[in-house]
Amino acid sequence: MTSPLDQKIKITGPVVVTANRVGDGAVVYRRADGGWSTRLPEAAVTSNVATAREFIAAAVADDLRAVGPYIAPVKLTADGGVQPGNLRELIRLGGPTIDLPVTF
Amino acid sequence: MYLYDDLDRTLVAERVADFRDQVGRRLSGELTEDEFKPLRLMNGVYLQLHAYMLRISIPYGTLSSAQLRKLAHVARTYDRGYGHFTTRTNIQFHWIKLEQLPNAMADLASVGMHGMQTSGNNVRNVTTDQWAGVAPDEIEDPRIYAEVIRQHVTLHPEFSFMPRKFKIAVGSAAHDRAALRIHDLALRLHRNGAGELGFEVMVGGGLGRTPFLAKTIKPFLLKRDVLSYVEAVLRTYNQFGRRDNIWKARIKILVHDLGAEAFAKEVETEWRTIKDGPLALDNAVFAEIAGRFRYPDYVPLDDAPRALAEARRADRAFDVWFGNSVTNHKVPGYCIVTLSLKPEGGTPGDATAEQMDAIADLADRYSFGEIRVGHEQNLTLPHVAQRDLPALWRKLADIGVATPNVNLISDIISCPGLDYCSLANARSIPIAQQIASRFRDRNLARELGRLHINISGCINACGHHHVGHIGILGVEKNGEEFYQITLGGKADEDAKLGTLIGPAVPFAQVADVVEDIAAAYVELRERPDELFIDTVQRTGVEPFKERVYATR
Amino acid sequence: MPLVKSGQIVEDRYVRALDDAPIPDGAPVIVQAARFLADAAELVARDAPIGVLWPNDRRVAELAPWLDELALVALHFPKFKDGRAYSQARLLREHYGYRGELRATGDVLRDQFQFLLRAGFDSFEVRKPADALVFAAAAARYSVFYQPSADGRPPALRRRLQHGGSPAVRTREAV
Ligand code: SF4
Repeated sequence: MTSPLDQKIKITGPVVVTANRVGDGAVVYRRADGGWSTRLPEAAVTSNVATAREFIAAAVADDLRAVGPYIAPVKLTADGGVQPGNLRELIRLGGPTIDLPVTF
Repeated sequence: MYLYDDLDRTLVAERVADFRDQVGRRLSGELTEDEFKPLRLMNGVYLQLHAYMLRISIPYGTLSSAQLRKLAHVARTYDRGYGHFTTRTNIQFHWIKLEQLPNAMADLASVGMHGMQTSGNNVRNVTTDQWAGVAPDEIEDPRIYAEVIRQHVTLHPEFSFMPRKFKIAVGSAAHDRAALRIHDLALRLHRNGAGELGFEVMVGGGLGRTPFLAKTIKPFLLKRDVLSYVEAVLRTYNQFGRRDNIWKARIKILVHDLGAEAFAKEVETEWRTIKDGPLALDNAVFAEIAGRFRYPDYVPLDDAPRALAEARRADRAFDVWFGNSVTNHKVPGYCIVTLSLKPEGGTPGDATAEQMDAIADLADRYSFGEIRVGHEQNLTLPHVAQRDLPALWRKLADIGVATPNVNLISDIISCPGLDYCSLANARSIPIAQQIASRFRDRNLARELGRLHINISGCINACGHHHVGHIGILGVEKNGEEFYQITLGGKADEDAKLGTLIGPAVPFAQVADVVEDIAAAYVELRERPDELFIDTVQRTGVEPFKERVYATR
Repeated sequence: MPLVKSGQIVEDRYVRALDDAPIPDGAPVIVQAARFLADAAELVARDAPIGVLWPNDRRVAELAPWLDELALVALHFPKFKDGRAYSQARLLREHYGYRGELRATGDVLRDQFQFLLRAGFDSFEVRKPADALVFAAAAARYSVFYQPSADGRPPALRRRLQHGGSPAVRTREAV
């Protein structure tokens, strides 16, 4: 697979860098301080290609903590909140859209 | 059921130790993800949207009650209380943590289970007919040959890094329930003119972006030669299969590019040099393997006992279930019972830990401790005494696995799709749920008769959409979920790939489209018992297409 | 890149004369496939061992006439996931009866040692020094094998038959 660093970065709006945590696979977002958080509002957001490229380069170098980092779109709400930018990211953050099997 | 001995158990234990070491090196940073990924994949560990996923091999779909209980234990201890049975007759857990994986693997190893070769570019779980060993129409139990092959390809030093994954199926019945023609390599046991038993060898089948049905490259191969021939096919593929493009790496492309004849010639040349070597099998080997399969001590019972007939008369719901989910067994007085994992509102193929435990108990009580997994994502109790059916039915109904929809429109095959899978374009499960709820009227579903809907969330085709009578494929258009519909596919002895009927339709319209297709069928069929698939074959897709797109 | 032979890290006595590099007199040397085939008769007549570096997309059948004179064949793994050289190794050992040194080069890592040994390799240019240090342990991770291979170890099927007895009786536990 092409490394995320070799891929062309196309950005049409605000983005974050996301990945899965190595130990348990949980969805994580890259914070401005270089850490990772499971909470999207803590993610560092940018709309700038150069900044996004810096984010992703740093994330790739952090292979021990996070797997498969990539740039994901987000939506900014009027009150300054951050929301996933597409269905896939919505499902990654919120879990499957179906009821999980209930235990009877 | 196959009985593991010390050698099998040692290998699985060594594998767990090996993987524990690899996970340790990954967590300590000694291994990068690039290095670790192929290693975890060789043990069935994927990374999905929300977590790691662990896929456990269920060779030729046969499970003991002890194994099913252990799967329940893993679901409860390391996952979220359920598991998902796949079209490769494996089970996968969607919420596993890497840190806990070695322990989960060790627990599974205690009952001979593992994730070896449920992923990666090696030979995957060898599958067969889920009624193997009990179907009245089979020549011999195909699992014996599946097991011979399974052992041979497990951690094979030459074939663990092939261009791509490799799927093998073995069949031996008149009716193909193992979807032979969609496999990379398929073996069909039959008799030649001289009455000898041997295999028809087919190669190059597969779905995905470029679907092909397998072509016969050897009409008859003696049983003694089965391993050497498989080895020759794998060696040819390992050396000459494409490695420059993941979409062209499966053996189907090699067979297509070379032509089946040229491919067969290459295999034949290689095979002649090894056929009389250590891979030639004698009857002692087959007897050894066959001797490890435990067959039930059936007792002499009457076929169609009176009590059964009375129960059917007395309870309409039981009678409906009986007519739908019970099949003939080769031993008089016994039958094969299919447990539907397709309840309305559920996820096709999912079972909770409680259900698994309960089914294991019922298997002990009513089916000699044995359970089967079929590629349609249902379970089977393969050895039930007919007289026990009424009691068994009530207990199955209590745990929600007696929906009488086997082979009907709501018995949908579905991959996990975008709700779990990182490769998905679109969701599969909610589509299955919408269709099932649209056809929840049991009489309507029965009226439509046998009808297979297969759904995949992307072109990888884990949901076998190309061979569904109605196939549904999720695609993405401008960030929205759309679905392509194909008609007329089937995976039996007369396998066909479905035909696309027109432009993809949006998420919200898929159930409507299926309803239109069903309505068109009812109008078009010549007789009430002309099956959907036969009508499509007779009329072609045109009349269905007109109906579907007339108002869209 | 440490070289491992017989489980030990050893000095590589071969010199690589790649492309048109001059071939040193009297020293063991490895040359590439095309150069070897162009000059095979002359190269094997030298008074020092000769080895060939063979790419993984060329049929080893071409080497058949020279296998008795070759001291070393080096097969290549551009990426460890590219397993073509496993087939080449087994063909050399099992079909052509090659008995000289069979060396694994390229992306040779710890988790493949056992496969490589079983395919008939007996020397290893190991990419990571740490992997070379644990070669013996990594190569001994498994004691049970299901298939006959170039290393001549008996597969499980044969071991069971040799031990005789009815498997159903010998098996302790039904799983
Ligand atoms: S078909 Fe695609 S979406 Fe469905 S499970 Fe397979 S890879 Fe995932």
